[in-house]
Amino acid sequence: MQCPLFQPLGDRGFLITLATKIDEEGFQKVRKTRQVLTHPPVEGIIEIIPGYVTVFIFYDPMLLSFQQLADIVEERLIDTQAVHLAPPRKVVIPVVYGGDFGPDLPFVAAHNHLSPEEVVAIHSAGRYPVYMLGFTPGFPYLGGLAEKIQVPRLETPRTHVPAGAVGIANNQTGIYPVASPGGWRLIGRTPLKLFNPGGSSPFFIHPGDWVTFRAITASEYERIRKTAL
Amino acid sequence: MTAVFKVLFPGAFTTIQDKGRFGYQAFGVPVSGSLDFYAHRVANLLVGNSLDTAALELTVLGPKLEAMAPCCIALTGGDLQPFLNQLPMPQWVTVKVKKGDVLFFKGVKTGCRAYLAVEGGFDVPEVMGSRSTYPKGGIGGINGGPITAGDILRKGKSERDCGKTFPEDLIPSYPRERICHVISGPQAHFFGNIEDFYNTPYEVTSKADRMGYRLKGIPLVFREGAPASIISEAIVPGAIQIPADGQPIVLMVEQTVGGYAKVGVITTPDRWRLAQLRPGDKVSFKPVSVLEAQKQLRDTLAELEKLKVLLMRK
Repeated sequence: MQCPLFQPLGDRGFLITLATKIDEEGFQKVRKTRQVLTHPPVEGIIEIIPGYVTVFIFYDPMLLSFQQLADIVEERLIDTQAVHLAPPRKVVIPVVYGGDFGPDLPFVAAHNHLSPEEVVAIHSAGRYPVYMLGFTPGFPYLGGLAEKIQVPRLETPRTHVPAGAVGIANNQTGIYPVASPGGWRLIGRTPLKLFNPGGSSPFFIHPGDWVTFRAITASEYERIRKTAL
Repeated sequence: MTAVFKVLFPGAFTTIQDKGRFGYQAFGVPVSGSLDFYAHRVANLLVGNSLDTAALELTVLGPKLEAMAPCCIALTGGDLQPFLNQLPMPQWVTVKVKKGDVLFFKGVKTGCRAYLAVEGGFDVPEVMGSRSTYPKGGIGGINGGPITAGDILRKGKSERDCGKTFPEDLIPSYPRERICHVISGPQAHFFGNIEDFYNTPYEVTSKADRMGYRLKGIPLVFREGAPASIISEAIVPGAIQIPADGQPIVLMVEQTVGGYAKVGVITTPDRWRLAQLRPGDKVSFKPVSVLEAQKQLRDTLAELEKLKVLLMRK
């Protein structure tokens, strides 16, 4: 595949594929591409949605045709090399690991021949790029999970995963911002409200951020949960 | 904010929807909004509202509502057999209801969804720029979900006079078989029997809702070496995803990312029409270029603008 690749996704979508595999180089390319397309804004572009290796443009075909947009994107992309990115936001997520908060921690440990404490140490030592959000509002798709603590998904997804649950599935880790069904193995839970629709800033985590996890106690969890309300 | 209806029975799935919630798809918040935008917009025009005002989207089995104040309403979309008190209620015209009138439905006859607009629009708080209900995220509408028995529906301030009739020759029909035009998708080349996809009809299964329509027909066959899934990326309403079993899933308006190969994307006006199909109905696909599809979309939107002028003048 020749990258960047421009393809229509319906009569209102424009898909730019920037790389063929998930890595930090692709992550930077996505960030830079969003930046050059956002500043200055292009009339007719409604939303820009990053993916692992793609940037998707949702646009108004009353104002722009596919070909017109392709010309604009091509021109803007010339500037990607030179673009200076602001340092990414760093977001710390406090997590109670194990127990009722993370019922699958023993499984993750046993599967990888580690102790639960070792799993917690490895998970909370990592730094994770936020490639994109989706699945439910504010759900981060994080990269960078250590191979030593990877586990397959649950064979049968849970019908109810509580808001704040932190899980692992294959080479990914993530946080459920709202209660939903889910198939990831749950190792802990954060008291933070990642999706706050009534607030002035509804999302705690943004695409392009770096996330780290900090182990906390159950009493700290209660304290943070009360202040977060 | 006048209380206009008390919900006596909520119906199968009745939600408040407007044009949708834009600007938050990068955060995983889907657009939501009315599935049949044409019917939604005409309903609004008939009661003197702006095109995108919040209306009720009714699904297959409509609700039972008691009027709490006199108001103008209009019902468009599929025929769910509406009754006002004991008499059949006409659709595609403005209807004046009195306090105490009861609106109910006897069940679907044509189409799948109907739209009930009230002068001034259904008034619920805007969440992130929209009143559209998105149940999975618990936002929009009344308490983030479909209406329930006992709810009180309120209306906003009326904008213009109502008392209009939609030109009869423009009322759409809702056949049980449709052709949908498809713009080829990024992974169309994954499939070896694309001609089957475009030459044979697919049946709408019972798994068809605002999230997606699962179809059943000749399965698409992955070419040797084509992966069963892709690196997750943004998707759009109308995208046709093909999971491992080869049976198409048309995404509607409640999903922002996907990891299945996309054979194509249904054009916007045809997606509105698809939303009027119900389980057991048939859809066939026909390829269209993006150039032609965008021309058709511009024509459709221009037609709505013309209707706006026509109906606002009366």
